[in-house]
Amino acid sequence: MSKKPVQFTLNGETKAVFVDDGQNLLDVLRRGVGDLSPKYGCGQGTCGACTVLIDGEPHLSCLTLAETVEGRALSSTGGLAQGGELHPLQDAFMRHFAAQCGFCSCGMLMAAKALLDRTPNPSRDEVVEAISGNICRCTGYEPIIEAILDAAQNGAGRRSA
Amino acid sequence: MSISVKTFASSAEAASALSGDRAARFMGGGTLIMRAVNEGDQSFNTIVLASDPALKQVQPQGDRLIIGAGVTMTQILASRDLDFLHPVARAVGGPAIRNMATVGGNLFAAHPYGDMTAALLVLDCQVTLAGGQSTALADFLRDREREPRSLVASVSIARPQRGVFKFRKVSRVKPKGVSLMTIAAWVPQSGGRVSGARIAYSSMGPTPMRVPAVEQALEGAALDETGISSALAAATNGIEPPTDSIASSWYRREVAPVHLKRTLLEG
Repeated sequence: MSKKPVQFTLNGETKAVFVDDGQNLLDVLRRGVGDLSPKYGCGQGTCGACTVLIDGEPHLSCLTLAETVEGRALSSTGGLAQGGELHPLQDAFMRHFAAQCGFCSCGMLMAAKALLDRTPNPSRDEVVEAISGNICRCTGYEPIIEAILDAAQNGAGRRSA
Repeated sequence: MSISVKTFASSAEAASALSGDRAARFMGGGTLIMRAVNEGDQSFNTIVLASDPALKQVQPQGDRLIIGAGVTMTQILASRDLDFLHPVARAVGGPAIRNMATVGGNLFAAHPYGDMTAALLVLDCQVTLAGGQSTALADFLRDREREPRSLVASVSIARPQRGVFKFRKVSRVKPKGVSLMTIAAWVPQSGGRVSGARIAYSSMGPTPMRVPAVEQALEGAALDETGISSALAAATNGIEPPTDSIASSWYRREVAPVHLKRTLLEG
């Protein structure tokens, strides 16, 4: 199995790693560069726990061939908080009790960030659609939807990071 | 499993790499192939990629449209030319899947996937391979497991007149879930009667399929409750719906006429 050099930015920082042929991006993020925020849920594209943004658009890192992100800009939940201050979405998730076990939260946060970056004042239906590829087995979704709508009201979509 | 990845600049080169190697698979968006890699699929050891920009293009051609095999569901949703396919693209996965899943990949999706393919079946779809050969989609699906290995370059579809194309994905999970059955219909009318109907299902068999019994029953019928009654009675004629974790064969048979009726009368 050969190794290939891949360079990309993750939350604004340049990362250069060697990836195995056929290795998925989630594995590279977690084991290669030590960002444990995207989670391995199903490995099949069903749960959304591994969602990261590639050039601002949500992608499933478990189904992304690592070498295809050469030169691209990645964002993960690991980069949301700035200098110890939570991102408005993280803050809203906390205040609305939108996380119980927390396994889906990082994927939910990135799906929500992709929505708010493009649509700062989404309707409830748009929020439901934005997280429709992310499964939560604890909350029943309502606190998550409320948290995203609340974060939008607090200007989460107008913040650049 | 040791996997090697080969990237080519043109789809012709990628097609030639595929044709000479039975253990090679082409990867478009990754939603099928990477899933297989993650599951430890041992049936292939080479992933072939192509960076050919032609695979990502949508081009109007008279009253038809050519869609590159690498066009994603998100690209479809951003295309005004493909507005009639927006409800279909929106029915595929969540936003992340739609950013990755391609039209070409959907032609190879195993049951219960293939919602887009059902739609393409009624849009008179022709599948064009990288070598330039063209095949009707129904024939392509029948032979997809035993065809000599090649690469799908694009699909060509008819552009429907307003109100002619109807689509419905039935799922038990809202707002999104795996399809229990998906119905696509092309029902042009002449003098208040259906003429030249095409009906297709997915999730009702091993591949998406046309439904000739329903098409014949619709011919000359008025598109109202009385007119479509014989088509509804024929909804599953000649079909053996599968039993899976979503629904039993019996259940699919029972509900098929209900959803076919809603598709035909409500759109």
